[in-house]
Amino acid sequence: MLLKLVPDTTNIGFVRLRFIAFGLTLLLTLASIGLLATRGLNLGVDFVGGLTMQVEFKAPPALDTLRERVDRIGVGQSALQEFGSASSVLIRLPLPEGDQGAVQRVVGQVQTALKKDYPGVTFARVESVSGKVSEELIRDGAWAVGLSMLFVALFTWFRFEWYFGISTVVALVHDVVVTLGFFALTQLEFDLNIVAAVLTIIGYSLNDKVVIDDRVRENLRKYRQMDIKQIIDLSVNETLPRTVMTSVTLLSALLALLFLGPEVIFGFTAAMVLGIVVGTYSSIFVSSSLLISLGVKSRAEGGLKDDRMAGAERVTRKS
Amino acid sequence: MLDFPKWKVWAIIAAVAVSWLYALPNFVSPGTLPSFMPQNQLPLGLDLRGGSHLMLEAGTDDVARARLESLEDTVRGEMRSAEGGAIAFTDLSLAGGRLRFTVSDPARVDQAFQLLTKATAPIGVGSGRDVDVARGDLPGQIVLAPTASGIANAVDNAMAQAVEVIRKRIDELGTREPTIVRQGKNRIVVQVPGLQDPAALKALLGKTAKLEFKLVNTTADPAEVAQGRAPPGSQILPAQEGGTVVVRRRAIITGDQLVDSQVSTDDNGRPAVSFRFDSTGGRRFAQATTENVGKPFAIILDGTVISAPTIISPILGGNGIIQGNYTVQTANDLAILLRSGKLPVELKVVEERTVGPDLGADSIRAGVIASIVSVLAVSVLMIITYGRFGVYSVLALVINVIMILAIMSAASFTLTLPGIAGMVLTIGAAVDANVLINERIREEQRKGRGVISSVETGFKEATRTIWDANSLNIIVAIIMFLFGSGPIKGFAVVLSIGIATSVFTAVTMVRLMASRWLASARPAALQI
Repeated sequence: MLLKLVPDTTNIGFVRLRFIAFGLTLLLTLASIGLLATRGLNLGVDFVGGLTMQVEFKAPPALDTLRERVDRIGVGQSALQEFGSASSVLIRLPLPEGDQGAVQRVVGQVQTALKKDYPGVTFARVESVSGKVSEELIRDGAWAVGLSMLFVALFTWFRFEWYFGISTVVALVHDVVVTLGFFALTQLEFDLNIVAAVLTIIGYSLNDKVVIDDRVRENLRKYRQMDIKQIIDLSVNETLPRTVMTSVTLLSALLALLFLGPEVIFGFTAAMVLGIVVGTYSSIFVSSSLLISLGVKSRAEGGLKDDRMAGAERVTRKS
Repeated sequence: MLDFPKWKVWAIIAAVAVSWLYALPNFVSPGTLPSFMPQNQLPLGLDLRGGSHLMLEAGTDDVARARLESLEDTVRGEMRSAEGGAIAFTDLSLAGGRLRFTVSDPARVDQAFQLLTKATAPIGVGSGRDVDVARGDLPGQIVLAPTASGIANAVDNAMAQAVEVIRKRIDELGTREPTIVRQGKNRIVVQVPGLQDPAALKALLGKTAKLEFKLVNTTADPAEVAQGRAPPGSQILPAQEGGTVVVRRRAIITGDQLVDSQVSTDDNGRPAVSFRFDSTGGRRFAQATTENVGKPFAIILDGTVISAPTIISPILGGNGIIQGNYTVQTANDLAILLRSGKLPVELKVVEERTVGPDLGADSIRAGVIASIVSVLAVSVLMIITYGRFGVYSVLALVINVIMILAIMSAASFTLTLPGIAGMVLTIGAAVDANVLINERIREEQRKGRGVISSVETGFKEATRTIWDANSLNIIVAIIMFLFGSGPIKGFAVVLSIGIATSVFTAVTMVRLMASRWLASARPAALQI
């Protein structure tokens, strides 16, 4: 007997639940925006400049002494954090005043000071980014996310109809905002890797939505007598086994990466895991139900006289 | 739909065989494969093998200033060698990005103007002027201003030269496989694998190493100098031991004419740096030292006076020695700098990403373990859910990973840590295509279709959706590649390749396996 995560024929009234879902979506989105506004993102050196160093000590250092030692160099307020083990410390320093080369001079000063006071230290990882470069990285990242959304909307419009484009992008914006909200809540460091994660979330959340949209379109052609609410319910239910199965496989791959993968990409993987969950939710509850609110009607209701429907195959068999 | 022409079957088998061939070098130690087989291993990014990524930036203002300084030389040269005797001028100044000077004899202003217009004329056909020559507001004044395109050209030339100098310096360090590429207008990216501590590298890259020999102005009024005012034609420079030295602006010779530089010892056995000029440089050095016996001259490195010895006797051989408070290490560094030539412009490290080799090795280990566990988890899930068709998906998945490895090795795309994440994600996503197909087959069976008909419709209907979804993902991956920097790019590369190969393996190959089975077993019922 083969495993079935979702029973063969489900008949869940997703459309009927849509007001509850919209409420929840609104709540999540507003909460995320609120968190972003109040707590803000813990932006990494990629985006605000400054430096991060992962320092490996011979023996676990006393963090207070270490902090005091770093602050004594006079290069700004340091933030220290154990990283993986007690003898591995992440030191973060803000962007120093001065020219483009200033941040590198700080790197040199800190390394010299630590080598002197803690013989045998090694620097497992050093990342320093100057002010101008970090501004460019923010700009490029924003462009990448914005353009992805735009092209997705255009493609969906071109391939389907304009209202699929809008419902998809609204759901995607929700996914992105909630992911950012998660980062504001947990204060996990938000760096370039996370931007890649956000872009991937857009990509895969899109997968789900395209699959459902595809089925809605197919059913609109097939069942001309049904009203749109029924069609959407039917489409979401028909694709439900696939939606759940794919999310579960993706999650099992990502959870392996989250718990067994390198510590350096923990935030990246965490973002993906959350994104898959949120994306699946918004595919099932938000984007397709939104089509109703956008005023899409089936043929039975006198809608869709679009030419693009003219060539559709005729399926006479009714379910 | 389920018929496969013979050639298609062979093409698929060939593609898989070629993939194995190209992926193979990654699983054996280098050199064990016979020479007719591909040898390329997947290049690992610095975050996996350890190393330093440094982005250097040149101040464009510095280049513009250097351009003005070289214009000053042009002006002085042209005026000195003017037909009918040198043209005298006063009030030469370099301010506000312009060079101004006033010709003393009103009758010769036109001649000076024409000489300079000609001297700064563009060399290439149809190229615009690099420098605008104009009359100033004061009588007899001439103003030279580098144009925007002139400065852009100067920056471009300086960067091209800088790349060469940096390459020499890094080679001198004995570093293996450095990557040095220009980026944008005024940046250079240096990637050096395998370094534990790039401090020495950064020190080498951060120095301009402009070596100059100038005569010391011994007649300057100490009171004036204390106020920071140098006599005309002279400048005040800081000395390495502290204090200042007043030197003539004009260099008697510069480091450009050096041919070699080595560590040696001075008379007291302390480390020093010896150097040798080329023949022209040697002659000029000989002449200058002959003319100035008994006077001190300053050896200046990057605007700081290292030492100011007195010329005891003419130096004729073209050799010299620089003494300072050197250790063997610092003397060696200076010798390398002088050997590799001066940077035409000062470079600053504006971005550094260094990963120690140990951390890199940890990341690889963790990444590989995570990948294997991912494959196992996904495989188990697929097989217990879809049975036989799940097994097909898993086989396709393994070949998908092999294909990604093969393409990346053959094309020498670098695998980075985000790349491994991309691989894990592709593993998860590649099965999506199979999930779509299998779920569709289930559905069609429920509707009462026969085995072959269900499988056929399942593939046909799902393929359209798969194409839609993957086209969108390719768009996102391309945008990531174009706009992303560093880690995002590495991720986008793996993702794009993974999307392309997953359509081939998950759709085409699984269909081949399914059709073979259906044709030979002719099952009456399909358990899926």
